[in-house]
Amino acid sequence: MEKIIRVKNLTKKFRNFVAVDHISFDVGLGEIFAFLGPNGAGKTTTIKMLTTLLAPTDGTMSLNGASPVDDPNRVRESFGIVFQDQSLDEELTAYENLHFHGVLYRVPKDEMSKRITELLTIVELTERKDSLVKTFSGGMRRRLEIARGLLHRPKVFFLDEPTLGLDPQTRNRIWAYIRKLNAEQHITIFFTTHYMEEAEKMANRIAVIDHGKIVALGTAEQLKKQTGKPTLEEAFIDLTGHEIRQESATSADTMRMARRMWGGRS
Amino acid sequence: MSTIYILWLRQVKRFIRRPARIVGSLGQPLLFLVALGFGLSPVFAAAGQGNYIEFLAPGIIAMSILFTAIFSGIEIIWDRQFGFLKETLVAPVSRLHIMIGRTLGGATIASFQGLVVLVLSLLVGFRPVSVGGVGIAFLFMFLIAMAFTSLGTAIASKLDDMQGFQLIMNFLVMPLFFLSGALFPLDGLPAALKLVVRINPLSYGVDGLRGTLTGLSHFGVASDFAVLLLITGFLLAIGSYLFSKIQI
Repeated sequence: MEKIIRVKNLTKKFRNFVAVDHISFDVGLGEIFAFLGPNGAGKTTTIKMLTTLLAPTDGTMSLNGASPVDDPNRVRESFGIVFQDQSLDEELTAYENLHFHGVLYRVPKDEMSKRITELLTIVELTERKDSLVKTFSGGMRRRLEIARGLLHRPKVFFLDEPTLGLDPQTRNRIWAYIRKLNAEQHITIFFTTHYMEEAEKMANRIAVIDHGKIVALGTAEQLKKQTGKPTLEEAFIDLTGHEIRQESATSADTMRMARRMWGGRS
Repeated sequence: MSTIYILWLRQVKRFIRRPARIVGSLGQPLLFLVALGFGLSPVFAAAGQGNYIEFLAPGIIAMSILFTAIFSGIEIIWDRQFGFLKETLVAPVSRLHIMIGRTLGGATIASFQGLVVLVLSLLVGFRPVSVGGVGIAFLFMFLIAMAFTSLGTAIASKLDDMQGFQLIMNFLVMPLFFLSGALFPLDGLPAALKLVVRINPLSYGVDGLRGTLTGLSHFGVASDFAVLLLITGFLLAIGSYLFSKIQI
C-alpha cells in the first residue's frame, strides 16, 4: 500500500520530559488509523508535530510527500483537522466559519458556496447555517468542525478525540460520516479516542502509545491475540497497565477549567 | 491580502455583534471624564492652568484606546486554545499576514473606541480647536491603537495562560496610562518622573492628541508623530516576530 504518512524516530522533549520517544510508524493511503493511549501518553503531541504546530526535537516525518518541518505550507494544504479543543469562532455564524476557512485555504470563489452548501447538508446543519455558533450544542459544533476540516478537500483528516463528551447518538452519527468519507473519497483518517469500541469498530490498524513509546501496532485482532485478551479494552489495559496517570495540569487544562466555569470567553 | 482582510473582518464583525461590550467599555472613560474632569477643574483653574476638561479629554481618549488595544492583543492567549486562531495556525498562509490582519482589526476597533470617547467628551463640554486638528488626531489614534495591539500580541505570544493577566494590568497597562501625562501637565515634574514619562511611548500619543485637539503640546506634534511612528513600527516588528514563533 502507498504510504501517506511516514514517521521515523520522532522525538519531542520538553525540558527534561520526553513526551514522544523515538516513535516510528507509517499510515497507508486510504487507511483508518487509530492512535490510542492513556492521558499524557503523547498522542496530541504527535498530532501537533505532524500538523506543523510543534517542532520535533529529533526524527523525520512526511505527510503526503512533504516534511512538516521544511515545507509546512505544502503539508498544511494536504490535511484537515478537528482539534481536541473546539476552535470555532463562537461569535460568527456556521456559514461564516466555513467561509473564513475557505478563504484561508484559497478555495476558488465560484466553488465556495457550492462546497459549503454540500458539506452543511452532509453534517445536517443547513437550517442553522446563519445561526451564531455560540447557540450550538457540543454535537453540532463537532459536526461543523468536521465540515470545516473537509472544505479544502484534504488527503488526510486528523481527529483528536472527536467524540469526547458527546452522547451515543451523536457519536454514531459522526462515525457514520467519517466512514462514508473514507469509503467514498478515500480520505485517510488518523484519529485518537478513549473509547475502545470506536477504535475496534472503525480502525484498520491501531497503534497503542504509552510514555511516549509505541507499545503495540496492528489490527484489533492482532492486539487481542498478542496479549491473549478477549476484548480490545482488556488488551489495552494489559499493554498500558492499571495505574491511573497523574498528570500535572498544563496551562491548557487550566484554561479548559476556566472555560467550563465561565462558559466561554469572558 | 485575502488573509489580512479576512482576519481584519473577523475582528470587526465580532466587535459589532457585541453592543453590550461597547457600551460597557465606555463606562470607565465616562467616569474619568466626569469625576476627574469636573472634580479637579476648580483646582486646575486656580493653579492658572486653564480648563481641565480641555486638558483631560485627549488623555482619556488615549486611555480607552490603550486598554482596548492591549486587550485585543492579549486575547490571543485564549484564541489560540479555544478560538479561530488555532485554525489559522494550521492553514497554509503566512503567519505575518495573520498577525497583521488581526492587529489591523484590533487597531480599527480601538480607534473606533477612541472616536466614541471623543464624542462623549464633546457632551461633557470638550471643544477641539479645529476640524483639521481632529483629522490629524485620528491618525494619532490609529497609531496608538496599532502600537499597543502589537504590544499585546507580543506579550500574548510569550504567555501560556491568563495567569499573567493581573501582572500585565498592574505593572504594564496602569503605569503606561498613569505615567503618560494623560492626567497631569508635564511641566515642572520631578526629574525621575519626567524621565519615566519621556520613555513611555503612550506619552507621545497623548501629547500628539492634545496638540492636535487643543493646540497645546509639550514635545511638539511633529516630534510626537515621528516618535510614535517609530515605536509603532518597532512594536509591530517585535509582535510579528514573536507571533511567528508561537508553538501550541
